[in-house]
Amino acid sequence: MKTVHILGAALLAAALATGPALAEDVKIGAVYPLSGNAANAGKSTLDAVNLAVELVNGSYPELAALPSVGKGGLSNLGGAKIQLLSADHQGKPDEGQSQTLRLITQEHVVAMIGAYHSNVSFTATAVSERQGIPFVVGDSVAKNITSRGFKWLVRVTPVASDFAKNYMEYLADMKKAGHKVDTVAVVNENTDYGTSVGGTVVEQAKSHGFEVVAQIPYSANSTDVSAQVLQLKEKNPDCVIFITYTADAILYMKTLKNLNYQPPMIIGDDAGFADPSFLPAVGDIAQGVMNRSAWAVGKPGSVTARINELFKAKTGRELDDTSARSMQAMLVLADAINRAGSTAPDKIMAALRATDLKADQIIMGYRGVKFDEIGENALAATYLVQLQGKDYIAVWPTVTALAPLQWPMKGWK
Amino acid sequence: MILLQVMVGGLLLGAVYALFASGLTLIWGMMNFINFAHGEFVMLGMYVALAVTWVHGGPEAFGPAAMVALFLLGVLVYLSLIRHVMRGPMLSQILSTFGLALLLRYSAFAYFKSDFRTLPDSWLAGTIDIGGIYVGKPQLVAGLIAGLLALGMHVLLTRTALGSRLLAVAEDRSAAMLMGIRPDRMQALAWGLSAASAGIAGALLANVYPFSPEVGQTFALTAFVVVALGGFGSVPGAVIAGLAIGVVEALAAYRLGPIYKDVVVYGLFVAILWVRPQGLLGKL
Repeated sequence: MKTVHILGAALLAAALATGPALAEDVKIGAVYPLSGNAANAGKSTLDAVNLAVELVNGSYPELAALPSVGKGGLSNLGGAKIQLLSADHQGKPDEGQSQTLRLITQEHVVAMIGAYHSNVSFTATAVSERQGIPFVVGDSVAKNITSRGFKWLVRVTPVASDFAKNYMEYLADMKKAGHKVDTVAVVNENTDYGTSVGGTVVEQAKSHGFEVVAQIPYSANSTDVSAQVLQLKEKNPDCVIFITYTADAILYMKTLKNLNYQPPMIIGDDAGFADPSFLPAVGDIAQGVMNRSAWAVGKPGSVTARINELFKAKTGRELDDTSARSMQAMLVLADAINRAGSTAPDKIMAALRATDLKADQIIMGYRGVKFDEIGENALAATYLVQLQGKDYIAVWPTVTALAPLQWPMKGWK
Repeated sequence: MILLQVMVGGLLLGAVYALFASGLTLIWGMMNFINFAHGEFVMLGMYVALAVTWVHGGPEAFGPAAMVALFLLGVLVYLSLIRHVMRGPMLSQILSTFGLALLLRYSAFAYFKSDFRTLPDSWLAGTIDIGGIYVGKPQLVAGLIAGLLALGMHVLLTRTALGSRLLAVAEDRSAAMLMGIRPDRMQALAWGLSAASAGIAGALLANVYPFSPEVGQTFALTAFVVVALGGFGSVPGAVIAGLAIGVVEALAAYRLGPIYKDVVVYGLFVAILWVRPQGLLGKL
């Protein structure tokens, strides 16, 4: 009996040794909130990242403009396929930490991507830094993620300071055009994301000469936001900037309407206002709300339109900005691994650092992807979109605008 | 004026807190049993309301549908799970409803997906302007129904023969059996009533609050606080505590800022329990 086993093993070994050299899969770990209060956004993001992996592994000649895409695997690694291992961090920083550790030490992933919530990206990247594994942050925007001098971290998305500046330049433009814009109010959820963006927006507002009449931090799990809305009503600012997650964004819009208070303009900072649930829930009362986005579907036949088609075929939804930014991050990572020609983490990290993608080699509206010394994408950019009818439409800056901007917002009136 | 508006909002929210907490306190009063799945019952009530809109039912059908569906679920849970674990050690009683909560939550995930849902607008949408105070119609209806139901539950327990039988079982199971009362039936009824009240609360809340399968957790903590503050087992206590917490939350959020409202609410909670560990209307 024993000899049979040994014989079998020997045969198997021989078969493996002489068979065609199959490139081994490249394992990449992804941590996203697949349950918890941002499960919806997390799942949509994971769908987009999975699509990016499919684009790299499959054959898509029409997407040849994107480096390392559509060639049936990573060409410099003998056509190796990317294998994505996803984990659920439930929106909890400690869970993000332990899942990252598990993916790295037990699943032996060679790089990580994630993590939607800023506070989770903050803790998860600390683990990958200790383990010496590259971490690509695709969507989290809080400042403190990159300010720790980490060596194993790059961030592809535009960050708080980028779009806080955009918001204020936009408001300054409106003022120049003759609208009354003197005061702003900032309402932000109170974890890393809202606190960081809220603080940056307040700073930028002051430096652009706007008076900040209220900054209201709150918990995104609030069951009632009337008190916040009444505070706003009392201060009556010319523009309210919301930095929220999903349920709270919907709740704010409903409460504004219920308490019959409509500010002249509302800017929603992506996240909740870009969640796939937002438009069906309150789209008709949120007409004219401004949002930031670096994703635009583009003209039929374009690379971005094709990607949107593929995403829609898979999920039944349009690709949104948050998911698209993470998808871009996955494409950047895949390209870096291909250029590295190796799955050694240090080679991948070096290739990531050397990334130099032009505007026409990416799917987002950034000016390109190139990392500065702390791993921030120096070419990241965003534009402002406005909810007109059933969709957000690019309205600012005017050069990239697809429709004229409406001021004041129509809201439910 | 704005202060009055804040307080009205707090009272209306408090009334709904009172409703779902009275179901929880009923189970405690009847059986000395803590139901950790109560928040999930509220969540299911919300999805029942959503299901009603699928068959083009109006908001007048939300409450009754949720009441019937959750009543049946409550009875089913008692007969299939609770009756058996009651014979086991305390810890398995506690963990059983915790397991039930996870089972219900993740079943809802599997079936309804993680999307946030909101109910389509109906005649129940919009606000009424009462002398400059805006009162959301769904909140007003929810508040009134919640008050009535909590009152109804109190009357049922203290003024009817059925209530006496329910309480008799709670008091002394064997003595009640000697009086010809069937404790299993009474306790199944208590579970049904408790779940039904949570279901109605959910159906009412669904009109104002966007929900996903996670929503139960948000409400469960409030329910426990209301029950403990009002006094375990006391329906009037739950009503007073629910209204008080609603108003205190609203005032604290308005005056001090929303991130401090929990500090104020739980600070008061601890202080009151320090002076009256049995809660406002509870018995020691």
